[in-house]
Amino acid sequence: MTGLNDKKLELALEINDLTVSYKDKPVLWDIDLEIPQGALVGIVGPNGAGKTTLIKSILGLLKPVAGSAKILGLEIDQGIKKIAYVPQRGSVDWDFPATVFDVVQMGTYGKLGWLRRPGSKEKKLTKDALEKVGMLELAHRQISQLSGGQQQRVFLARALVQHAEIYLMDEPFQGVDSTTEQSIVELLRELRNQGATALVVHHDLQTVKDYFDWVVLLNVRKIAAGPVSEVFTETNLKLAFGSRVSLGE
Amino acid sequence: MTQAQLEIQLLAMATAVACSLCGVFLVLRRMSLLSDAISHTVLIGIVIAFFLTGDMTSPWLLVGATTAGVFTVLLVEGLQKTGVVREDAAIGLVFPALFSIAVLLISIYSKNVHLDMDAVLVGKIALTPLPSRRLEFGGYDFGPKSLALMIAIIIVNIGFIILFFKELKVSTFDPAFSKAIGFNPYWIHLGLVLSVSTTAVASFDAVGSILVVALMAAPAATAYLFTDKLSIMLVWSCIIGMLCAVLGYWLAHFLDASIAGSMATVAGILFGLTFFFAPERGLFSVWQRAKIRDRKFKLALLLVHLTHHEGTIRELEECNIESLHLHLRWDEYETRSVAFEAVESFCASQENKVLKLTPKGRIIALESLQIGTNLS
Repeated sequence: MTGLNDKKLELALEINDLTVSYKDKPVLWDIDLEIPQGALVGIVGPNGAGKTTLIKSILGLLKPVAGSAKILGLEIDQGIKKIAYVPQRGSVDWDFPATVFDVVQMGTYGKLGWLRRPGSKEKKLTKDALEKVGMLELAHRQISQLSGGQQQRVFLARALVQHAEIYLMDEPFQGVDSTTEQSIVELLRELRNQGATALVVHHDLQTVKDYFDWVVLLNVRKIAAGPVSEVFTETNLKLAFGSRVSLGE
Repeated sequence: MTQAQLEIQLLAMATAVACSLCGVFLVLRRMSLLSDAISHTVLIGIVIAFFLTGDMTSPWLLVGATTAGVFTVLLVEGLQKTGVVREDAAIGLVFPALFSIAVLLISIYSKNVHLDMDAVLVGKIALTPLPSRRLEFGGYDFGPKSLALMIAIIIVNIGFIILFFKELKVSTFDPAFSKAIGFNPYWIHLGLVLSVSTTAVASFDAVGSILVVALMAAPAATAYLFTDKLSIMLVWSCIIGMLCAVLGYWLAHFLDASIAGSMATVAGILFGLTFFFAPERGLFSVWQRAKIRDRKFKLALLLVHLTHHEGTIRELEECNIESLHLHLRWDEYETRSVAFEAVESFCASQENKVLKLTPKGRIIALESLQIGTNLS
């Protein structure tokens, strides 16, 4: 009984006094943030607010100058196994000689570890993920021949293969068609309903209320974080974006 | 073909294959320039190891050279990390510095050293079959020493690629993701640098320091233009490498020229041919596709123009086949040809020199407008 309670109390992410800087210019200033399990979280803020930096610090890709992050109560090097990461689509070279299947199968590599090669179990997982994002027919297509939306689906499938507890996604809606955007949102809800947590860097303020339960407003410092209904207010948005932005309500 | 000719060709092929294997990852990681640096700076390792051992055939030369290669990469990366110089400048600074020290050392002590500048630049593959350079064991002749060494390097390279294939793939395609799933790209990078350094040293003897980079970059870059899977790119890169070796050898034979130089020339020619004629990514096919796309867009533009003026007073003027080009500001000949295509494909019909939309043309025009609006 207590074990179950403990699990409920465990935070998906616990970030304490996290400061990341480029030389002496802080990109994130002393961030304290607690994300509960099972939340769909939008990370919102102006350009240069440190949204990508926050995600990369949680993943241990950037070294903070101060503070720490814990994943499901674990230090980063342990907790990272519970995370699936969806980088920005533009961060890789899509002319790389690989098929859709190849890229999605990379999601199985983490659990395999060094030296072991993917076998029939991994192939099955890969196919399942491709089916979920509606890309099974394109499995053998070269990745340079994909549209932006299809590339994003490939990245999403690569994350789904990992069957992670936490999903960190960097602008998955950037430059995708509206059908893809809707199906990504559907998948995110499905993951959330299965108990997973997702943090999504998001740009479109209009859709925050529809897509997310939680929102983190960021502008180098944490402006606010909490359930969308409490935190996503005109006042907070002005603090994050300056006075020009409004919800248009 | 004599046995000597066969042995030279075998060594050329082996060298090309060893280089092509590393080359695939260098090209994909945009590190070709670094291989150029490594292939030059290994010389200082060879020279220093030679001074310490006094033996030109000592295996320590290989160790010294590999160390020098790794040292080069660390030095380049160290310089880069200071933030004072960028990567290209760092490479441009480190490699001439180390290379020139080696060249100075050779020229000062060249009287008693069997290292001469020609051999350093283009290698001495033609000397391969000489009796002094053979691997003999228990009275048997196992062929040229350098061939045995090169085959060993190929086995090591293939072993490295097979063992770490998935790690090489993921860290080359997406380094950040690779690190996030527990494969630190740095270790793979270091493994690759080691493999490039050893290969460069071993190839150095055969083709010299300048041409190593040609054999690393050209076959891989050629294979890249027409393959869409990493494993297939590796295989093709090796095949192209071997082709360069054999064709290069015979080119040299007929021109009575440097073998290594001819190999690199063939590599360049093969790349050039592929660059122009590759089915998907070749320049001609890219042009062709652009032309077709351009033509299709022009047709859509014409149809949209017709919808805008359909039934208006200006229709007679705006949609007149003889003055159309004045309104669209297109070339007259091209306008005629696009209009002709519109009529041919039943998108428009011509009535007294005025173009009229057909139902099919109207649908296409409306669809084009839709796409145009979505994009904005």
